[in-house]
Amino acid sequence: MTDPVLVTHDICKSFGALQASRDISLDLRPGEIHALIGPNGAGKSTLIKQIAGGLRPDRGTVQFLGRDVTALDTAARARMGLARTFQISALAMEYTVLQNAVLGALGARGGVFRFFGNVLKDNDLRSAAEAALDRVGLSDQAGTVTGELSHGQRRLLEVAVALTLRPKAFLMDEPMAGLGADGSKRLTGFLDGLRDEAPILLVEHDMDAVFALADRISVLVYGQIIATGTAAEIRENPEVRKAYLGEEDQ
Amino acid sequence: MNRETIINLLIALGLIAVPLWAIWADEPFIITLATKVAILALAGVGLNIALGLGGLVSFGHAAFFGIGGYAMGILASHAQNYTPMMEWPLLIEGTKSMPVIWLVAVLASALAALLIGVLSLRTSGVYFIMITLAFGQMLYYFAISWPAYGGEDGLSIYVRNGFPGLNTLDPAQFLALCYAVLFVVLFLSSRLAKSAFGLALSGARQNEDRLRTVGIEPFRLRLVAFVISGAVTGLAGALYADLNRFVSPTMFSWHMSGEIMVFVILGGVARLFGPVAGAALFIVMEHLLGGISEYWQVFLGLTLLGVVLFARGGLIGTLAGRKVTHD
Ligand SMILES: Nc1ncnc2c1ncn2[C@@H]1O[C@H](COP(=O)(O)OP(=O)(O)OP(=O)(O)O)[C@@H](O)[C@H]1O
Ligand SMILES: [Mg+2]
Repeated sequence: MTDPVLVTHDICKSFGALQASRDISLDLRPGEIHALIGPNGAGKSTLIKQIAGGLRPDRGTVQFLGRDVTALDTAARARMGLARTFQISALAMEYTVLQNAVLGALGARGGVFRFFGNVLKDNDLRSAAEAALDRVGLSDQAGTVTGELSHGQRRLLEVAVALTLRPKAFLMDEPMAGLGADGSKRLTGFLDGLRDEAPILLVEHDMDAVFALADRISVLVYGQIIATGTAAEIRENPEVRKAYLGEEDQ
Repeated sequence: MNRETIINLLIALGLIAVPLWAIWADEPFIITLATKVAILALAGVGLNIALGLGGLVSFGHAAFFGIGGYAMGILASHAQNYTPMMEWPLLIEGTKSMPVIWLVAVLASALAALLIGVLSLRTSGVYFIMITLAFGQMLYYFAISWPAYGGEDGLSIYVRNGFPGLNTLDPAQFLALCYAVLFVVLFLSSRLAKSAFGLALSGARQNEDRLRTVGIEPFRLRLVAFVISGAVTGLAGALYADLNRFVSPTMFSWHMSGEIMVFVILGGVARLFGPVAGAALFIVMEHLLGGISEYWQVFLGLTLLGVVLFARGGLIGTLAGRKVTHD
C-alpha cells in the first residue's frame, strides 16, 4: 500500500470548555476521496482549519507528504501543495474572477516581488488561471467582479483557485453548498475525476454527493470520529445511524 | 480608454495649464502654489501605496516626510556652512546637489519605514494607526530636542539646492522638476498597481486568508509596500524642504500625517490620481477659503465628512464611478 498523503495524529482542540476536536486521527490516501460528515457544530471546519494551518491544535500532529507540518503556517503548507476551499468564501471580492484565479497561479509559481510588468498579461499565469476557470465552468464569468457572483459561483471559484495551485491534496469545506441540484451534480462529476490528480478530504452535507463520491467516510460527532469506513459500512453502522443519519430521516 | 483615465488626463492637463498661464501672466505665487501641490501630491502618492493598495492606515507618514526634509536640511546646512558632517573614520561632507540629497532622503526614509514597519505591521486596525502615530510623534520630539540642527526653530537654507542642467532658483524650472518627479512616480505607481506585487498586496487587503491559502504570506508584502511608500513620501519631504528652503519639526508632526491622509481621502483612496486631485483641492481651498476666513479648516472638515459619508471614492471616485481593475 502506498503511504498516505496526509495524516493527523490525535488532534485535540478546545475553545474554553468546548472540545471541538478530540483525539482525531485520520488519513488521506493517494487517489481517494475521504468524506468527513457530521452534524452542524461537530467540529468539521475546525479540523480542516487545523490541517490547513490556520489554527494550531492544542495537542497532536499533522503530517503532509511524510513531513510533520504542525509548526508550519498556512502559506508554507499551501506552498507544499495543500489546497483548501472555505465553507464561507474567502476570495478577493473586489477582484474579477480572473484576477482571483491569477492570484492563485501567482502563489503557486512564486515571483510575487515583481513590481513592473502587468500580471494579467503574464502568459503563464493567465493560461493557468484560464484553464482552471474553464475546468469548473466559470470561463464566461472571467471578467465579472467576484462580489457580484452568486453564492454557488463563488464556491466554484474557490475550487478553481485551488486548482491553480496544482496541489498534492485538497481540503474542501462544503463545496456544494449553494450550488443547487444541477450544480451539485456537475461538481460531483468533476470531483469524481479530480481524485486522480490529488486526493480530496471532503466535508459535505449533501449526502447524495458523499455517497456517490467517497471511497471512505469518517463521521465526526461532538469533536470525535465515531466511525470510518466505506459508504456501505457507514450506512450500516448502528452508532452512525443513531448519532447522525437518524436525524436525516426525521 | 475608461472614464478614470480621461479624468486623470484632464487633471494632468490642468496641472500643466495653470502654471503655464501663471508664467504668462507673471504670477509667481501661483507657480509656487502649483509646486506645492505637486510635492504634496507626491507625498500622497507615497501614502496611497500603503493605504490604498495595502489597506495600511498609516497615521505616521510625517515621519518619512520629515526624514526627507531633514536629509535635505542637514546635508545642505553642512554644505553652506563648509563644515563636514563627519571627519572620522572617513570624511563625509554636506552637499547642495539635489540628486544626492534625494538619494539620501529616499534611503533614509526607506530604512525608517523598514524599522517602523517591522515593529508595527504585526498589528492591524486601530493599533496600527496608533503605533505609526507614536513613531511619528517620537521623531517630532526628537527633532525638537536636537539642538545641532536647529531644534524647535528648524534649519534655514539660504539658496535652493542645484540640479545638473537646471537653474532651480527659477520658480518655473523648479516647478518643472517637481512635476517631472511626480509624473515619473505616478507612472511607476500605476505599473506597481497592476504588477504581480500589486495584485497580491491589494489581495491581502481584501482577504488575508485568501493570500495565505495560495501560499503568500501577507507580512512581507506589506513590509515591502510600507518601505516603498515611506521612500516616496521621504522624497516628497526633500522637495518640500527645498521649496521652502526651510525645515522644521512641524514636518514630523501628526498634523502633517493627517494632511497627507486627507489628500488621499479627498481625492480617492487607491485611485492613481487621487492624491493629486486631493492635494490640489486642499491647496485651492486653503487659499480661497483661507482668504475669507481663518476658520477655513471648518469647511475642509465638512468637505471631508461629506466625502467619507457620501462619496467613498473621493473626488476621482465621484467623477469616474467604480474602480475598473480588469484589463
Ligand atoms: N474560534 C472559535 N472560538 C470558539 N468556538 C469556536 C471557534 N470556532 C468554532 N467554534 C465552535 O466549535 C464548534 C465546532 O465548529 P465547526 O465550525 O468546526 O463546526 P462544523 O462541523 O464545521 O459545523 P457546520 O456543519 O455548521 O459547518 C462549534 O460549536 C463552534 O461554535
Ligand atoms: Mg463547518
